[in-house]
Amino acid sequence: MTAIPLSHWLVLATALFAIGAIGVITRRNLLIALMSLEVMLNGVALAFLAFARFRGDVSVHAAVFIVMAVAAAEVAVGLALAIAMWRHNGSVDLDRAARLKG
Amino acid sequence: MAEQIVFYVLAVGTVLGALAVIMPPFARNPLHAAVALLATFSLLAGLFVMLSAHLLAILQILVYAGAVMVLFIFVIMLLNLRRQDFGEFRATPWKILGGVAAFLVAVRVAMVAGASVANSTAADLGTPALQSFGGAYDVGWALTTRFFLPFEATSILLLVAIIGALVVARREGGAR
Repeated sequence: MTAIPLSHWLVLATALFAIGAIGVITRRNLLIALMSLEVMLNGVALAFLAFARFRGDVSVHAAVFIVMAVAAAEVAVGLALAIAMWRHNGSVDLDRAARLKG
Repeated sequence: MAEQIVFYVLAVGTVLGALAVIMPPFARNPLHAAVALLATFSLLAGLFVMLSAHLLAILQILVYAGAVMVLFIFVIMLLNLRRQDFGEFRATPWKILGGVAAFLVAVRVAMVAGASVANSTAADLGTPALQSFGGAYDVGWALTTRFFLPFEATSILLLVAIIGALVVARREGGAR
């Protein structure tokens, strides 16, 4: 039995999600935005795992596993985009990526 | 009691690490932000262990603290970002107020969601059905039976992501 109530886990998870969201919105650097996105995804994973623990349902862990794989794929593509953007613009500032056409 | 202390230490550390990723005094240097992110991931792995998600705690270290961080640091060093390229955290009072308001709303939603779970005490892991809760056997069983199709789709997604990343990051003109 865990002594920590479920609401504590959920508050922590939402705190991480909120911090990540603030980072994505306020930072205009592509790398920092991606890092903040990772923080958001980790907050979601924490909420999933807390629910899994409290419901005693291990199949939720499979969902978190898949979220992790998707996050890894997202980072790989995002960082490749950062490199392409750096080659093209000479910066990774999201405000300078306003054009859809190269 | 000891469990509470560990939880709060890990929780505060995780939140501080996450803040250090986005806040200006720490995140001026891209590598500092990356290290703060690494600390966040590692502390989160400890929290996963507290939720007896043992397999996912190890995967958190392997995938996030290992692979993802190496990718980030590799790209930061490859791009050779200078300080002025890194962007500022443009914190206006309205943004901070908005952040606080968003957090309070999120906390309220979390409370309601937590209260709405019928069984608000943790499942007893002493019962035979939950003996190996969160271990590789249980999670692997779920992945290869009930979640077989999403699991296989994930492998295709990873393949597509690898090829996509290579194509996007390739030099213009392509002769390599």
